[in-house]
Amino acid sequence: MSQRLSLTQAFVFLLRRDLLLALRNRAEYAMPLLFFVLVITLFPLALGALPELLARIAPGIIWVAALLAAMLSLDSIFRSDFDDGSLEQILLSAHPVAVLVLAKVSAHWLVTGLPLLIVAPLLAEMLGMPAAAQPTLLLTILIGTPILSLIGAIGVALTVGLRKGGIILSLLVLPLYVPVLIFAASATENAAMGFEVSAQIYMLLAFLFLSISLSPWATAAALRMSAS
Amino acid sequence: MLVVEGPNGCGKTSLLRILTGLRMADGGEILWRGDPIDRLAGDYYEQVTYVGHHDGVKHELSCLENLRLARAMGMPSMADLDDVLEQVNLYAYGETEVGSLSAGQKRRLALARLLATDSMLWILDEPFTSLDKASMSMFASLFEQHLQRQGLIVMTSHHDISLPAQSVQHLQLGMQS
Repeated sequence: MSQRLSLTQAFVFLLRRDLLLALRNRAEYAMPLLFFVLVITLFPLALGALPELLARIAPGIIWVAALLAAMLSLDSIFRSDFDDGSLEQILLSAHPVAVLVLAKVSAHWLVTGLPLLIVAPLLAEMLGMPAAAQPTLLLTILIGTPILSLIGAIGVALTVGLRKGGIILSLLVLPLYVPVLIFAASATENAAMGFEVSAQIYMLLAFLFLSISLSPWATAAALRMSAS
Repeated sequence: MLVVEGPNGCGKTSLLRILTGLRMADGGEILWRGDPIDRLAGDYYEQVTYVGHHDGVKHELSCLENLRLARAMGMPSMADLDDVLEQVNLYAYGETEVGSLSAGQKRRLALARLLATDSMLWILDEPFTSLDKASMSMFASLFEQHLQRQGLIVMTSHHDISLPAQSVQHLQLGMQS
């Protein structure tokens, strides 16, 4: 008698499939990263030769750019699956949809969030951010970007059935991103001035665990609504 | 086997989507062996394969990769995937990206999911769209084999299918009485 895959195997399978799809659509997935790098590169040009000012506002610039880059990439989580009917097949899977959603969001983060983490040190150096603040910056990006993907997935799931959901998506998701922006930027700024940052980091971690535990279920429910 | 018939827009697709649980019914409930399907969830879905209007295949993946995915999501059958592709006449395209196939070939790949997974109930929405005559009769004989194995099929179709009349029931929707 045949046996269905274990939940972990199904999770890994879907994750690998999404990574493979991303690899075959490289250009589309490189966009957010390119956007992130370009926006940050333009700031020194626009602000002129004011290294102190640049170093002072660097955490804000990097985090705002990361937020917008994440927004730019959100639609790709479910759009193509919705358009070609694969989403229906995922919803009709024998496995819990919330777990499959988590696999898709993880793949999305690996493709769009992780690259930001990798280029961030270079950009921080370019803006003249104090070396003491850089580990904190990386830590906030490491904790913060998965939150952006997880929260964004709920918004995309709600709007994927609408023909012009882009504007509603940003209105829906941006307010939820603001707390992440505030705590992450403030942690990096505090680190630059040599203050304690554990409070902000703990808050970010709390957001992360909250969104890991709640977002997949909310996303799955929203997807069911969008598909019907 | 139940064939749902009726004019365009009379709710055939809606009925099938309600049966799969993709769409909420305005009233009533869907029972599978006596239990409501929303409570059974995965235990119901492992018995169901649905092929809708959309083929539900990824254009960037090859035929084999698509079928492997269908297996991972449902209840894998014992059949070898190469054999499955051979049955639907796509053996030569196993490693080909689906995006470069014709509409009829994509449809055949979507229907190959029925063979790659081991499910009892097949819910098919216009399965013969874009298929040529030879493929239609090939799938008709596959349907017959499924019925002989005590399988169930609920489908809509505007095409005439050559199946033994005693195993087919018809449901007419949208008729004025």
